[in-house]
Amino acid sequence: MTSRVVHSTRASRIGMSVAAVLILVLLTVPWWGDRATMRLLVEIFYILALAQLWNLLAGYGGLVSVGQQAFIGLGGYLLFILVIFLDIGTIWTVPMAGILGAVISLPIAFIVFRLRGHYFAIGTWVVAEVFLLGFAQVKALGGGSGMSLPIAAIKSIAASRADRDATIYWLALALAVAVIAGIYLLLRSRYGLALTAIRDSEEASRSLGVDNFRAKLMVFILAAFGTSAIGALIYITKIRITPSAAFDINWTVTIIFIVVIGGIGSIEGPIVGTLIFFLLREPLAPYGTWYLILLGVTAVAVMLKAPKGLWGLFSERFDIALFPVQRRLLLGTDDKPG
Amino acid sequence: MSLLEIRNLDAFYGDFQALFGFDFDLEEHETVAAIGANGAGKTTLLRAITGMVAATSEVLSYRGESIQSREAADIVALGVAMVPEGRRLFPSLSVEENLVIGGYSGRPGRWSLERVYELFPALRNRRSVPGTALSGGEQQMTAIGRALMSNPDLILFDELSLGLAPVVVKEIYEVLPVIKAEGTAMVVVEQDINRALEVADRVYCLQEGRLALTGAPGDLTRDRISAAYFGT
Repeated sequence: MTSRVVHSTRASRIGMSVAAVLILVLLTVPWWGDRATMRLLVEIFYILALAQLWNLLAGYGGLVSVGQQAFIGLGGYLLFILVIFLDIGTIWTVPMAGILGAVISLPIAFIVFRLRGHYFAIGTWVVAEVFLLGFAQVKALGGGSGMSLPIAAIKSIAASRADRDATIYWLALALAVAVIAGIYLLLRSRYGLALTAIRDSEEASRSLGVDNFRAKLMVFILAAFGTSAIGALIYITKIRITPSAAFDINWTVTIIFIVVIGGIGSIEGPIVGTLIFFLLREPLAPYGTWYLILLGVTAVAVMLKAPKGLWGLFSERFDIALFPVQRRLLLGTDDKPG
Repeated sequence: MSLLEIRNLDAFYGDFQALFGFDFDLEEHETVAAIGANGAGKTTLLRAITGMVAATSEVLSYRGESIQSREAADIVALGVAMVPEGRRLFPSLSVEENLVIGGYSGRPGRWSLERVYELFPALRNRRSVPGTALSGGEQQMTAIGRALMSNPDLILFDELSLGLAPVVVKEIYEVLPVIKAEGTAMVVVEQDINRALEVADRVYCLQEGRLALTGAPGDLTRDRISAAYFGT
């Protein structure tokens, strides 16, 4: 009997095919979609990417940060600094904000990594608050009142408004796809294996030669890179930045809500969570307080009834993984896993 | 030069001292058994060697190189692997992934997935199931295979027979000579004295964190071992 080890399953191959078709359809939206649809999709793309990065951090790295808004705000401010003071092209600030965010995350990691568990969570929140207070003191960046992106910087993206909207849309789509694909490939590599082992048992993984500190540091820096780049993109769409909005903890609260209801520790979870979040928000947001209460009730209900999230519940019941990172054994020619 | 040399080792769990001035030597290719009752300090000894517990010593060296205060990952990279008590397989990983993660340090050597499957054929067709779905014996095989995947020159076995049926224990102990034949030194921590004496070239008997007795199994009478083991 022959055998071979594979990553993919029938469900994942179908899922990948559907995803590829969906991406192709989404690529064409600027040619047939209206402006409101494109703006909503841009928001969905960047929230999805942020949720995936937080899931990598908390769900795989065990680093439960409530301070990711530090990097969203940092990315946003880097956009303004790079455009206004260094005359960098607006679109180019997105990767540059990612790189600078990753560099700045290094000293932050050496501070917050001294903390464990809930102290780590509080520490990351404190870092975000320090960023807020710090940027609010910089008069060149508008202090507490913030500042707006110059018209010339907005027009440098593209000549017409339609072209600008399309460019930003494609950039947001590319970021979301790159984040999901990057995390998928990372989790399938030996580093992904190490991260999963660390999540299961830090001590056992240490005793096998896994450098837990280095693995977690890598995840922290990767998340900072992605989150800062997305922060720059977010403020390209918003045009105006203030410290209180850029470093608002509600960014992270939203992301955590999405990952928790979707399912932490899987790539599918944040996708499901993002869809549910926007499906609830779009019709219910006008109800204000009732909408927020409903979000809270949804989160509590899911945590009680499905601790692994809605995707976790579905995946366990039907043994389906659209983005499998585990190896599976294929025996003979008739065996069709998944 | 000893493969492993320890002089005056003290080990601690917070304020609690578990080892007191312990001396230990291990030569290349040698198998040493560490026996003793519960709480004697056997597991602590292994954890101190692998950098998993706070410890101080005059000498803690591997092939003449100090491993005092070295990171656990560095010690694995030097060629020291551990099969922990209770196996401690990763529940999210399949059997094969549990084995692959054992080779994370990338240390070159004789062991590979294929060779581990040759040593433990039962694992080959179970390799895609979660490690924790295996029987106790298969889990122990996986834990041993995982340690071998790091291509160690020294393996530390912690309570190999704990919780396993006698027939499974026999099967597990039968692979130790195969591993030894590859030139691998071993420290076997065991409560089953007979099993330990069967495989060991020398025995260390611990009692309440101190060395109570040491020598070759042939030189030690049952009465002396019992007295050292139980403190009578």
